[in-house]
Amino acid sequence: KLTGVAKYADDLVFPGAWYGATIRSTEPHARLLGIELDDTFDWSRVVVVTADDIPGENIVSLIDDDQPVLVPVGGEIKHQAEAVALVAAADRSTVREARRHIGLRTERLPAVFDPMKSDQQFAQYVVERGDAAAAMAAADQIVEGTYRVGHQEQLYIENQAMIAMPREDGGVTVHGSLQCPYYIHKAMKRALAMGDELAVVIQAETGGGFGGKEEYPSMIALHASLLALKCHKPVRMIYDRHEDISATTKRHPAVIRYRSGVTHDGELVAQEIEVIMDGGAYCTLTPVVLSRGTLHAGGPYRCGNVRIVGRAMATNTPPNGAFRGFGAPQTEFAAEMQINRIAEALGESPLELRRRWVYEEGDVTPTGQVLRESVGGSEVLEAAAEASAFDTHRQRSAEARERRGSGARLASGVGLALAWHGAGFTGSGEVHLASVASVELTDDHRIRILTASTEMGQGTKTIFPQLVADALGVEYDEVEIAPQDTSIVPDSGPTVASRTAMVVGGLIIKAAQELRRQVEEETGRSFADSYREAAPRRIDEQFRPYPGEPFDDKTYTGDAYPAFGWAAAVAKVDVDLDTAEVTVREFVAADDIGHVIHPVLAEGQVEGGSLQAIGYATIEEMKLVDGRYLNDRLATYLIPTALDAPRIHSILVEKPFSGAPHGAKGVGELPMDVGAPAVVAAIHDATGVWIHDLPATPERILAALTNSPMPSAPGVSMEAPEPETPPIEDLPAGGDEIPLQAPTDPPQDFIK
Amino acid sequence: MTYRFTVNGDPVEADVPGMRRLLDTLREDLGLTGTKEGCGEGECGACSVLVDGEVVDACLVPTCQVEGSSVQTVEGLAADGRLNLLQAAFLETGGAQCGICTPGMLMAGEAFLASRAHASDEAIREAIAGNLCRCTGYTKIVEAIA
Repeated sequence: KLTGVAKYADDLVFPGAWYGATIRSTEPHARLLGIELDDTFDWSRVVVVTADDIPGENIVSLIDDDQPVLVPVGGEIKHQAEAVALVAAADRSTVREARRHIGLRTERLPAVFDPMKSDQQFAQYVVERGDAAAAMAAADQIVEGTYRVGHQEQLYIENQAMIAMPREDGGVTVHGSLQCPYYIHKAMKRALAMGDELAVVIQAETGGGFGGKEEYPSMIALHASLLALKCHKPVRMIYDRHEDISATTKRHPAVIRYRSGVTHDGELVAQEIEVIMDGGAYCTLTPVVLSRGTLHAGGPYRCGNVRIVGRAMATNTPPNGAFRGFGAPQTEFAAEMQINRIAEALGESPLELRRRWVYEEGDVTPTGQVLRESVGGSEVLEAAAEASAFDTHRQRSAEARERRGSGARLASGVGLALAWHGAGFTGSGEVHLASVASVELTDDHRIRILTASTEMGQGTKTIFPQLVADALGVEYDEVEIAPQDTSIVPDSGPTVASRTAMVVGGLIIKAAQELRRQVEEETGRSFADSYREAAPRRIDEQFRPYPGEPFDDKTYTGDAYPAFGWAAAVAKVDVDLDTAEVTVREFVAADDIGHVIHPVLAEGQVEGGSLQAIGYATIEEMKLVDGRYLNDRLATYLIPTALDAPRIHSILVEKPFSGAPHGAKGVGELPMDVGAPAVVAAIHDATGVWIHDLPATPERILAALTNSPMPSAPGVSMEAPEPETPPIEDLPAGGDEIPLQAPTDPPQDFIK
Repeated sequence: MTYRFTVNGDPVEADVPGMRRLLDTLREDLGLTGTKEGCGEGECGACSVLVDGEVVDACLVPTCQVEGSSVQTVEGLAADGRLNLLQAAFLETGGAQCGICTPGMLMAGEAFLASRAHASDEAIREAIAGNLCRCTGYTKIVEAIA
């Protein structure tokens, strides 16, 4: 990576490869009546693929079977930028020319953009403990709030990319930028009607994922494969940034409503929470995102009477999917906003309130899970508060607020947030996955790790050999890691949910321990001294449930996660009182990740996640018109630069989890949960206004400061503008035909 | 049209259309795929290279413009199989995660170090403000350059 040698998908050379492109819808909801090939073009130079060319089922296999690989003629287009047809040619300019000669004949249908108005539900979950209604009625004070969050783009710097190679045996090998080789493998088997061996998936070096390369790569792999099977050549499907932002999944927008009941002496006695997520046009991973969001919506606080209802609705917008945090950043932003507003209502410090309410060992969560061990909420809270001198700064900004005259130009504030994040798959997820990971002693006496867990910058390929070397008592350099190729490695599940270090890392440690035991028993000497004489073998370790109460998917009770990670953050901001621009000056993050395997990598996760959360809080917003992303370029969808970013101070806290042999709980997603509420609390501390909608843009802050109407809610598309009719006097004279005006925003050409 | 310039000190001749992006000439004609494309419109800096010592986005520079110039890419940083000082610093501090912004970040960092400006936090951040990174939060990159 440092020398430029690492091969990402677009760096791979396949002689004779063709270039593929996708023909996409330009309407949010329509019936597809026909795909028309203009006969002025020489179609022998290209291949065109439609739904008719799909040998298997026209389904991108995931949770629900609702999403087609390509919309068939007669079928429904359900969102903008939906894939309808594919084209490939030997060079880019021919592809570009061909796509100009393909037309879609459609009949427009009414579109739904607001999840609150949708009548199609993807999923609903209810979490209930105690009697929230009765406790609410008996509470001394009730605090209510509605919070909204918009889309967020993963914005990995490497765009989505996939190259499909047809093989002589009739199979296809895809090389690509991806997180989950076996998701793609399964999708290929179904849509291409292939057996296990025919579909082969190999991960190229991957330039960031953050969830964005969890499910969408299945779609691109199928598109590239279909073209490759038709033209009998390797086909490159390399998205440019514009196509990537237009078509791929985003973080789910959500509306979250709270009613919290508290007593005069400051106890939280009741919580009624409603979570509504916008899934977009197809199900993708929405039920799982909603599930995690619902389970985390109460925040990391003790409360005996809780009722949380989560619903995910369909709209005619591009499907939303996985993004670091997976539903929890949305609901925990809301939960933390609510806690801060309760603290304000009670006249208490937000730090004090959290000290009293945060879960301790032995407390019970809304699903009835008893937190038996590895509960680091208090520790991270105290660590972040101390390192940032939270109380001192809060005192200072209160004094500054008092003194501030009407001519003040700048206000500073400090904000705090606390969160929990379930480690690994939700509920019974890991049991259903039944992941396998292996450690092998090869014929030529090498030690090799076999997992499908992918490296995308977070450090899998560094920590896995480290864990196995430690377990075997050998040097780090003696352990290799097999390529993430479905024809070589077992299905160790997807690389998501911060599960890699905890779950798969645990499996390879157990496999290594078993390998060591066998070899040492046979040779009578230490593994390190004797493994080169031992017979080759491979130890497969399959996931076994962690101890605890099994989760019941029907009642939503039991242990929702084997353990939780805990995170606290303190943000210090400056708000320009003229422009309402927010600068995050300093950021302290404290995270309990169980056990630190590699300090530099773990800090890197915390710092990177924190900045994504700061972007989510302040500048990252997708605007939609007619169900289409308006700012679908890097020039218009902004992420923090080095100048926007504060120096991030990370503190790693270790409260080991005994269910994992190394005690680690996962780190990737944790920091994403606390950044946004910490920043918005700091904005409040500076200005005295609460911003209920994310991102807290200057427009929203100014509206709040001046008591003006808020800009439109985040995440909800505006209707299509009425086509403008030119005023009469502008009509060309002479009775000529009125020239067709190009639409203000023409359908974009997706090819460079 | 044939353009002559040097890449990492070696003279090259590129027989390409003058308006071909330097990025494509480097990646596809010269096989130097260390320089990455992230956006194709000069926003992300993943394609940063040095032209006569100046950091430029290779996606915005037509090949005809580098006629007679000296182009430096990430491939030219390590010598005799050994990382240069900045690369080694990135490795040590964890300045590279997914690695896709790293080549461009290294080139921007090299230009900053060559300018001999005082390596304050602010100055380094200014120097790499045109290079987006989504993994690291920049903290460790700034440390590596300092």
